[in-house]
Amino acid sequence: MEKVGVAIIGPGNIGSDLMYKIRRSKYLEMKVMAGIVESEGIKRARGLGIETTINGISDILDRRDIKIVFDATGAKAHLKHAPLLREAGKIAIDMTPAAVGPYVVPCVNLALLSNEMNFNMVTCGGQATVPIAYAINQAADSIYTEIVSCISSKSAGPGTRANIDEFTETTARALEQVAGADQGKAIIVLNPAEPPLMMTNTIYSIVRNPDGEKIAAAVSAIVDEIRKYVPGYKLRTQPIIDDHKVTVIVEVEGAGDFLPKYAGNLDIINAAAVEVAEKLAAERFGG
Amino acid sequence: MKREVRLVDVTLRDGSHAVSHSFTKEQAAGIARGLDESGVDIIEISHGDGLGGSSINYGRSGTPEMELIDAVSGVVKNARLGALLLPGIGTIRNLEEAYDHGVRALRVATHVTEADVAIQHIRVAKEKGMFVCGFLMMVHMAEPDKILEQARIFEEAGADYVNLADSAGHLTPDEVRRRISVLREGLHIPVGFHAHNNLGLAIANSLAAIEEGASYIDGSLRGLGAGAGNAQMEVLQAVLQQSGIQSRANLDRLLEVAEKEVQPIMHRPQVIDTDSLMLGYAGVYSSFLLHAKRASKQFGVTTKDVLMELGRRKMVGGQEDMIVDVAYELSQNRK
Repeated sequence: MEKVGVAIIGPGNIGSDLMYKIRRSKYLEMKVMAGIVESEGIKRARGLGIETTINGISDILDRRDIKIVFDATGAKAHLKHAPLLREAGKIAIDMTPAAVGPYVVPCVNLALLSNEMNFNMVTCGGQATVPIAYAINQAADSIYTEIVSCISSKSAGPGTRANIDEFTETTARALEQVAGADQGKAIIVLNPAEPPLMMTNTIYSIVRNPDGEKIAAAVSAIVDEIRKYVPGYKLRTQPIIDDHKVTVIVEVEGAGDFLPKYAGNLDIINAAAVEVAEKLAAERFGG
Repeated sequence: MKREVRLVDVTLRDGSHAVSHSFTKEQAAGIARGLDESGVDIIEISHGDGLGGSSINYGRSGTPEMELIDAVSGVVKNARLGALLLPGIGTIRNLEEAYDHGVRALRVATHVTEADVAIQHIRVAKEKGMFVCGFLMMVHMAEPDKILEQARIFEEAGADYVNLADSAGHLTPDEVRRRISVLREGLHIPVGFHAHNNLGLAIANSLAAIEEGASYIDGSLRGLGAGAGNAQMEVLQAVLQQSGIQSRANLDRLLEVAEKEVQPIMHRPQVIDTDSLMLGYAGVYSSFLLHAKRASKQFGVTTKDVLMELGRRKMVGGQEDMIVDVAYELSQNRK
C-alpha cells in the first residue's frame, strides 16, 4: 500500500518524539515538520532528511500529499489551527488541551468516531487509565472512578506545570465521557526521584457488580490491546477487589524513541496519537 | 529584642488525617470557636490533603468540606480562616469555592522541588485579595540551596510567606536550623515551619525554627495530625511563654478547647508508636500511616516493612496509592 502523508506542527519534545514514531510506521509517511522559528527540533528533523518549514501551519494547508496533521503546539494555537485544517480537509490530531474535537482513546472509542475530522488526545494520564476504567465499567458498571497518575518530575514540561488543573479536569471528564463512569476524579503527583521513576497509574473504581473473574478478564483483554501500540504498558497488580472497590495499578515504560524510557507519560500519548493516525489511514485512505 | 510569632492551627486540617476525615459540623464549629477565642492567628480547615482531597486514595470526607467551612466561617471572628490546596489534587475551582464560603487565607502546597506547579493558584488567590502562603512539603528531601530556589518561586508568584513542612517528621533541630536560616537570608518575605512529631522533636524543631527567625508556626490541639501528629499547640504556647516568645494566644483557653473539644473525639492517643516512629526514621510522608496500617492488614505484611520500602522508593506526598502497590508486592514476594 501507499503510505499516507502526515505533518507535525510544533517541533518540541512531543513533536520530535512523534516524528521518530511516524518514521517507524508502516502506514504513515513523515512529510513535513513545521515550526515558527529555527529551533533545535527543526534542525533535528532536517538532520533526518525531513522537509521542514518555519512558516507554521501555512505551508501545510495547500499540500495535497498531507492528509493528517499532528498539532503539538499549544491550546491557543490549536484553536486557530483547527478551523484552517478542517477547511483544508485535513484530519487533525490534537495533542493540546484545546479539545476542539472529541476525546479519543484508540482502544476504546476510535471506532465510534467514524465521521470526525478532529481528534483530541485527552492527557497522558487519560491514555494510561481510561482503557482500564472502561474495561472495569464494561465488566462491573462503575459508579465512581478515580485515578492517580505519578510521573517523574523530569518528564513534566513547563506546559503541564503551568496548567496542572487542566490535567486533573480533562482526565476526570474523560473517565466519565469515554470510560463511562458515572463520576470521575483525577489526581496527578510529580516525583523528583533520581534515577527517574517510571510512570505509574492507579485506577480505583466503585462498581455495582464486583465480579472478580469478569473484571480480571476484561482488564487483561484491554491490556493486550494497549500493548499493541505501547509495548511497555503492564499491570503492576492484578485487579484487587475489596467489596465494591476495584484497584488496578499499571506502569508505563516508554519506547525510548526520542524521549527517555521513564517518560512513559509522553510516550503513551504519542503512541496513542500515532495509533489513531494509522487506523484512520487504513480506513479512510485505503491504506 | 522580643520575638513574636504567629500561630497557625491545623487541628481541623492535618488533624483530619487522625480522625480519617470524619469531622462533623458540630465538632468543627466547637473547635474553631474555641481556637478563635484563644487568639491563634490562622485557623486552617479542609480535607487533610487539602481542598478537593476527599477521594478513595486519601480517604473520603464524612462531611463535605464546604459544609464544614460554612459551619466554621460563622464562628470565626478574630482569626483568619484558612485552607490548604495541593495542586494536582485541588484546583482553582476548589479555591474559588472555598473563597465563596469565607476562606481568606490559602496555603498552596507542593513537594519541596515542585514549587512552579503552584504559581497559577497563588496568583488567583492573590487576585482575590487572600493572604497566601507557599508551602513546601517533605523538606528533608532537599538541601537548603534547593529549598531557597523553590521558595523564591513562591515569593515571585506573590506569596505573603513561605512555610517549610517537615512532613515526614524526619528532621533534627540542626537540620531545621540549616534550612530556615538560608531562607531567612535569601527571602524578603517571612518564613514559617510545620512540624511532625514522629521522632519526638516537633516542639524542639519549632523552637529551633523560631530561633532562626521563623515567624509563623503550625500546631494542632493535642497534636492531632498525621503520623505522630504535629507540634501540640497548647504545649507550644506554654513553651513560647517560658522562652519569652510572644504570640497572641492564651494558654488557658487553648487548654480548655483541647480538653473539651478535641480530646473526646480522638480515635486513638496521639503517641509515637512503632509505625509512626518508622515514618520519621525512614522519611515517609506522615499521612501514609493509617493507610499503611490498613494495607498491611489486607495483605498480611507488617506496616514497618511497608513503610521502610516506601522510604526506599522515595515516594512523595500524595502517593498513597503506592502503599497498596508495596504491600501487594511484599505479599507476592513472600509466596
